[in-house]
Amino acid sequence: MSEGAERKVLVDVRNLKKHFSKSKDLWGRTTEVLKAVDGVSFQIRRGETFGLVGESGSGKSTVGRCLLRLYDYTDGEVRFDGQDLTKLGEKQLKPFRRRIQSIFQDPYSSLNPGMNVLELIGEPMNIHGLYPGDERKEAVATLLERVGLKREHLYRYPHEFSGGQRQRISIARALSVRPDFVVCDEPISALDVSVQAQVVNMLEDLQSEFGLTYLFVAHDLSMVRHISDRIGVMYRGRLVEVADSDELYDNPLHPYTKALLSAIPVPDPHAVSERIAWTGETADSEAHALREASPGHFVALPE
Amino acid sequence: MTERLLTARDLRVSFHTRDGDNQAVRGVSFHIDAGETVGIVGESGSGKSVTAKAIMSLIQPPGEVIGGEIEFRGENLTGLSERKWRKIRGNQIAMVFQDPMTSLNPVKKIGEQMTEVIRRHRGLSRDAATEEAIRLLREVGIPEPERRIRQYPHEFSGGMRQRVMIAMALSCQPELLIADEPTTALDVTIQAQILELFKRLKDNPDTAVILITHDLGVVAQVCTRVIVMYGGMIMEEAPVEDIFYRPQHPYTIGLLRSVPKRGGGTRERLVPIEGTPPDLLDPPPGCPFITRCPHAMDKCKELPPMFHIGPGHRSLCWLAEKDHPTVADVKAEGEDADV
Repeated sequence: MSEGAERKVLVDVRNLKKHFSKSKDLWGRTTEVLKAVDGVSFQIRRGETFGLVGESGSGKSTVGRCLLRLYDYTDGEVRFDGQDLTKLGEKQLKPFRRRIQSIFQDPYSSLNPGMNVLELIGEPMNIHGLYPGDERKEAVATLLERVGLKREHLYRYPHEFSGGQRQRISIARALSVRPDFVVCDEPISALDVSVQAQVVNMLEDLQSEFGLTYLFVAHDLSMVRHISDRIGVMYRGRLVEVADSDELYDNPLHPYTKALLSAIPVPDPHAVSERIAWTGETADSEAHALREASPGHFVALPE
Repeated sequence: MTERLLTARDLRVSFHTRDGDNQAVRGVSFHIDAGETVGIVGESGSGKSVTAKAIMSLIQPPGEVIGGEIEFRGENLTGLSERKWRKIRGNQIAMVFQDPMTSLNPVKKIGEQMTEVIRRHRGLSRDAATEEAIRLLREVGIPEPERRIRQYPHEFSGGMRQRVMIAMALSCQPELLIADEPTTALDVTIQAQILELFKRLKDNPDTAVILITHDLGVVAQVCTRVIVMYGGMIMEEAPVEDIFYRPQHPYTIGLLRSVPKRGGGTRERLVPIEGTPPDLLDPPPGCPFITRCPHAMDKCKELPPMFHIGPGHRSLCWLAEKDHPTVADVKAEGEDADV
């Protein structure tokens, strides 16, 4: 990571909070608050993949959605390429909406079934005024071939494709506007094991070809390790540990991270698995701020 | 000497659709011995869940079992009436499904749901059934079962609900428990707890388990024997060590290579299986893996026989022809009646 350390920070998240109102009283006043994301800070450098792991309800997807400004956040700051997105209105956000794209988990529900491939991939281009007129079809076809589909597929509809192919279409759609940053929210978890590797390899190739930066949100811990340069572990709306991926897996510091990693079923019948139980007490009693335990390795534990 | 519990012979299931027959299971034969834990691994559309449903006689139209037979404790279950089936289901063969959220009645207390099952199947009194329910909940690791049985399903987390489902399935002391992706909907730490439960079941000689999953990690941790399915057929079957250390079939090998290696560091390129699974409306006549196999040859257009690789290890691939006899030959000589 020595060269990575010199890279410029592209995404800078500072003390991000997103609270939802869980219940309201008779007058519509919030009586109970769900703190989905409760003070999260991390940085993603240009060209790197930052993995975000955690269990359901940990707030990892909410962080992704906040970065996409699909949610307005309760508090905190998200800086993209030096610009604070918090203060921008929808109109000023538009150029950033082009530069920040997303790929979601379910390729069955994220593509409009009434649009063919040309329209699906061309739509973002249209919105952002890229490739006008005759150029567009050519640009879409080139992109389609780049993600491993064929020119013949231009006029087909989503239902004619398999899950893996649909995810390729989603990727082409995200890349159609030449983004800098892609939020990948569980992009492979709906796919079959043998197809997951195809998509992961493609995401890696596209990253080096187009210089993309990824936020990779997932619960499959072995895949996250494989694809990420650095990983953040979320628990109940907070980051409990951030480190380079090999460092995190080889030398986890936070008890929750240890428990999470020890729970991965290893595909090897000889593996001696010693599961570390997690009682949740440490994090419940006091939420600590992240501190740097060793260079580049941050953990939310008292000194 | 192990006792043969279940035998499936040349099982075939099709789903009649507008576009033709979807041949979900195309001639599957295997056996389960008393007390063992067998994993059935495959991707979506491999036929693993349909096979399980066929064993339980739960195939509904447009699906139809079009061939083969199932024997349980020497009794042929094929063509049994629904009335007789109801006696077997739950009592001798029980099933746990993927989604514990939809399998429980949301408006009935956990205790009521459990005692209803226990009373119906085992004829216990109300009090005895309640006691049994508490015992079972404790056994699957639910804390404070006395309090928990008075709660409703929504008061349980996903992992807890799955444990309740397993406790209910075990309540009738079945000889065979079929679990269809029991941990897929759960978080890893919860999954680990459920897997511990299955590991304990593995040591219980009274209950055999069929664990259906797409997760090779789960199989490695829990199963003693593995059946790998693809395109509605069994590609390979072997003791768990052989599957992971001496896989024979190119599909099994491909599947193992497409998941990140343990401790394999980051950015070591994955080796995917290119292409997509076969269309079962019109499956290729020969090996179902032919379109994606790196070793595909002319001969593969013809379906290979099962080859005998070793004790309990068989593979449906022509590559094994040179060094191994077919299972049929071995059987004819009566050497290894186990396959």
